[in-house]
Amino acid sequence: MAHDGTASPAGSGNTELVRVATSEHRLARYGLIAAALTFVALFLVLPLAAVFTEAMRNGPGEFLTVLSDPETFAAIRLTLLVAGIAVPLNLVFGIAAAWAIAKFEFKGKAFLTTLIDLPFSVSPVISGLVFVLLFGSHSLLGPWLQSHGIQILFAVPGIVLATVFVTFPFVARELIPLMQEQGTSDEEAALSLGASGWQTFWHVTLPNIKWGLLYGVLLCNARAMGEFGAVSVVSGHIRGLTNTMPLQVEILYNEYNFVAAFAVATLLALLALVTLVLKSLLEMKYSAQIAASRRH
Amino acid sequence: MEVRVQNIRKEFGRFPALNDVSLDIRSGELIALLGPSGSGKTTLLRLIAGLESPTEGTVYFGNEDASRKTVQERNIGFVFQHYALFRHMTVLDNVSFGLTIRPAGRRPPKADIRKRALELLDLVQLSGLEKRYPAQLSGGQRQRVALARAMAVEPNVLLLDEPFGALDAQVRKELRRWLREIHDRTGHTTVFVTHDQDEALELADRVVVMSKGQIEQIGTPDEIYDTPNSPFVFGFIGQSNILPVRVENGQLWLEDRSIGVSAPGEADGPAQLYFRPHDIELLDGGGCIAGIVVQTRRVAGTRHVELDIGTANTKVEIELPPEKATSDRSRLAFRPTRWKLFRD
Repeated sequence: MAHDGTASPAGSGNTELVRVATSEHRLARYGLIAAALTFVALFLVLPLAAVFTEAMRNGPGEFLTVLSDPETFAAIRLTLLVAGIAVPLNLVFGIAAAWAIAKFEFKGKAFLTTLIDLPFSVSPVISGLVFVLLFGSHSLLGPWLQSHGIQILFAVPGIVLATVFVTFPFVARELIPLMQEQGTSDEEAALSLGASGWQTFWHVTLPNIKWGLLYGVLLCNARAMGEFGAVSVVSGHIRGLTNTMPLQVEILYNEYNFVAAFAVATLLALLALVTLVLKSLLEMKYSAQIAASRRH
Repeated sequence: MEVRVQNIRKEFGRFPALNDVSLDIRSGELIALLGPSGSGKTTLLRLIAGLESPTEGTVYFGNEDASRKTVQERNIGFVFQHYALFRHMTVLDNVSFGLTIRPAGRRPPKADIRKRALELLDLVQLSGLEKRYPAQLSGGQRQRVALARAMAVEPNVLLLDEPFGALDAQVRKELRRWLREIHDRTGHTTVFVTHDQDEALELADRVVVMSKGQIEQIGTPDEIYDTPNSPFVFGFIGQSNILPVRVENGQLWLEDRSIGVSAPGEADGPAQLYFRPHDIELLDGGGCIAGIVVQTRRVAGTRHVELDIGTANTKVEIELPPEKATSDRSRLAFRPTRWKLFRD
């Protein structure tokens, strides 16, 4: 028959249809989807759910009491403060670094790019130790700082520094490939139309990178709030003073105060979830614009 | 505005991109910079714009030395090959950009800016699309927006870098004709860069042929095509045949035969004969170039015939009217009617 390749009306249904070249057999498709979903459930949803149920084990009343504990409350405040300082700093730094690397040619560019990645490649504990070596009482700067009454280690400034160091690459890493791909002709067009450098940045460059920037900031923020290793080294674990939320979780856990530990962990997880949901909402609302900004 | 480029030299690192280039562009002229890639044509355009600064030399806008001015101060309009439209702005905002970012003292009122932008969109035949975003336009439409945006600031000179390079052949042709119309209507001094000789010859008042960082020839399209002044220009523009000949007593010889072309006043010695495939006449014999037909191709309104003339395996292509029937292996004799000699 001449029409064997396509399903005839009298045939056994649409399973006879010629498949689209890029699609797989139904069994393979469902198999792959199931495998992926199982993996996500096992390694993401289940642990998260465990944290939530553990926190709620004694009911929501206990959950709230635990959170209103003064030490826990101080930890929450400190975490927000540290993120509030570290994220804007790295936002400015990230844009500046990405701008320099993507749009200009200069000596030592490759070295600078590698340097930006440094915080990713060393263990956070070392990132913390760097500051102990730099500002500790037996260091070069230590005695001078002490004599001037400036406390950096085991205080908020040290925690901020360690967090800034660890979250340093997020924004820059996100922006560099984006800005390199976009090239400089948009900027040149603006300049040729008479725009100043600042106007060009504000009206052309920034709108072109805003989605990448937002993503970088969200990641940077998530890490700034969640950083444990580096902060643990420099914080000194002074209760109610230098404990951030991740440190507080550890302390409570080590004291077998499981409900409290999981309650704080829940809050930390929620902060991360909120940022992700926020990002998805923005992406949904501006999907057309995002697509346009990626097109040439 | 008149633009003069004087003894410009530009080096990137140690690599010279332009070497002692001088060029006078008359006010209101439409001029093409034509050359293969790497010839320095885009660099020259960007130097005029102020997007690059010369290693040596001066650019004059009118009588004013523009070399020390920034790109913003030069007040030029630049159109990029890949449009470089601001993708987060509507078409109208793109066109208005140059006016809205002016400092308060020099900025026209909002209503005037809008009116001017709409007029320009009308000029480039995009009325009604002012609320669209660049991503919602076709390539040809985007380039027209880019042109309107460049013209909005009343530029001293309009500079276009391969403006049709990213478009398909049909749209290219249309836009070419349309750009000429716009130029004739607005009278902007315009310089455009292209590697497409058809584009340059069809569109420009004068063509500047460039090669290896230098200007080879400047002239009207007719001058460039009919009287190329160097082997490079002859070879780069249009089709050409090259034959190694010898001059003896004002006559041209191809190996041991006179080809019936006289070159009075030419010194004796070897030379290269350049002629175009269509600048020939067929002959029955006598002093001529004779060869055997190797291949014939019908290209639009002419028949291209490839001849093997037996000399050092040289193949020659001539163009004949299509009704002139030739068969393979048949013998044809011809003589160039318009030609040029170059010596090494």
